Amino acid sequence: MRVSAQPASVPGAISGNRGRADRYGDRVLLGVTALASLLVVAVIAFIIYQLIDGASLAISTFGIGFIGHNIWNPVINNQNGVYGAASFLYGTAITSAMALLIGGPIGIAIGLFLSVLAPRRIGAVIGPLVELIAAIPSVVLGLWGVLVLAPAMRTTIQPAIHDVLGWIPIFGTPSLTGLGLFTAGTILTIMIVPIIASISRELFLSVPNELQEGALALGATRWEMVRGVVLAATRPGLAATAILGLSRALGEAIAVLQVDAGGSSSTISANIFGSGDTLAARIANAFLSTTSNLEVSSLFYLAVILLVLGLGTNLAAQLIVRRTTISLRTGH
Amino acid sequence: MAFADSANPLGPSGNLPRRKRVDFAMRSSATAAAMLAVAVLVIVIASVVAKGASALSLDFFTKAPPLDGAGGGILPEIVGTGLIVGIATAFALPIGVLIAIFLSEFAGARLAYPIRLALDLLNGLPSIVIAVFVYGLLVLGSGQTGMAGSIALAIIMVPLIARSSQEVLRLVPQTQREAALALGMSRWRTTLGIVLPAALSGIITGAVLAIARAAGETAPLLLTSSFFTPNQPVTGNIFGQAIPNIPIEIFNQLEAASPYDHARAWGAALVLVAIILMVSVTARVLLGRSRRKMQR
Repeated sequence: MRVSAQPASVPGAISGNRGRADRYGDRVLLGVTALASLLVVAVIAFIIYQLIDGASLAISTFGIGFIGHNIWNPVINNQNGVYGAASFLYGTAITSAMALLIGGPIGIAIGLFLSVLAPRRIGAVIGPLVELIAAIPSVVLGLWGVLVLAPAMRTTIQPAIHDVLGWIPIFGTPSLTGLGLFTAGTILTIMIVPIIASISRELFLSVPNELQEGALALGATRWEMVRGVVLAATRPGLAATAILGLSRALGEAIAVLQVDAGGSSSTISANIFGSGDTLAARIANAFLSTTSNLEVSSLFYLAVILLVLGLGTNLAAQLIVRRTTISLRTGH
Repeated sequence: MAFADSANPLGPSGNLPRRKRVDFAMRSSATAAAMLAVAVLVIVIASVVAKGASALSLDFFTKAPPLDGAGGGILPEIVGTGLIVGIATAFALPIGVLIAIFLSEFAGARLAYPIRLALDLLNGLPSIVIAVFVYGLLVLGSGQTGMAGSIALAIIMVPLIARSSQEVLRLVPQTQREAALALGMSRWRTTLGIVLPAALSGIITGAVLAIARAAGETAPLLLTSSFFTPNQPVTGNIFGQAIPNIPIEIFNQLEAASPYDHARAWGAALVLVAIILMVSVTARVLLGRSRRKMQR
């Protein structure tokens, strides 16, 4: 009796013309998936090209001096307008720095709490709650910022800070509306805390338990163990985490636009309670009411700056952690 | 070292009461930071619920907003958000999953690294930059369309879906692939018939999280799909005009000065937040469950 080498009734077994179908099938699947992957690289390249192309008029008109002067006025210079990014760079720097300086330590402290300090059950409840903050859409956070946070800023928070720290020039006269760069920085802080908390938590969880237990067994307190083992072992990762948080703060447009009271002003004032504008917020605000090709192109120029900052910060963060085994993720 | 104000945190110091006080203070601050974050979440959600609840009624879900004055609802915006995000998902889901398959089944480490890096870079780009890109590509000169909004959202969703799918595909035991190949199955049948079904629930929950993220994105839609009258009927004409959507409606109603508009903005915010939070909480629970199942 011959045993058939091709029992057709078994699914997945080799049958007549399967060989050819499989050869093509393998190639097609490989080809299609490789194409999809190439598409991502192509889209990034296309974004870079498209933005620089759109900005070419402004680049040839203003050159690199664009980032150095702070006049943004569509009607001067014989209605041609003069555009410069300095005040937006300043607003971006102030709000992002504030978010990072406040949100960074808070986020890292939460990461420590969730990974090392809290009992597992409590961490399992608090962790997802903190991550939910990142799920709130920025437009809703901005709405809350204007209608709830800003009044509190005006009546209570900013006057209190001004009374205590008013001798420092950056804490000048409180905002009359409660809106402005300080409120924008507060909203950005709320946005980056969950990001920094969840990445740093993963980072701390990667520290081997043996090292932590070893430190405790030697008589270290919890905090000494955290400082000497957990934080010491994760320093490069923490730097990368902070950079990713910063990157998020740099690029937020909508919530900042809602609360920064920027509008038409393009001034640079030392008072953090004053109004201002960030790169991203100005792009979102001005794009739909442009008056000339040069203004459109100047907005593209702002987007190019933002693109460079975005790619630069993310690349730096990825390169820092390339040597460590942690993968950094900001997605939610 | 960066954190050392004294010499070595693990070195001997002898002053036990002080060490214990420092330890207590630091642990308390970390706990306080976590409580503060939860408090902020509660305050924001409570504000949205308290101020949005009064706007909710049957009309709010079944009628269009009036051009001015009180009353009406946000039906066109709800339908429009569903339409824009749905089309974005139709683009992003297949592309994202194909990339994940390439990364986990075909690419070696040297090829996978640059593609993963590209995904992370795309994920890290500010959404307003992607908005300007799509604006220059599709809107400048030809006007806003719902389609342009969908494409912008799809660009945001692809890296999220690709990365989460890849994580799930990696959890499918290598032995399953080897068993299929040893039975004579070809690579593509193994991938589509064995690996993908095993990872399907995880892939879908990852995609749902990406949808939740895209549903609240405002910056891309501001440049691509924001010129609509609030009571514009949804025609499904995504190639010809801007499509009403919830995030832009919230943004516009806040800019408008009348208290009616603020009430509608809170109501719309409540609807948006409720959808997003319910979807992402459910997806997270399911994701945790399917991960545990696969790791067993």
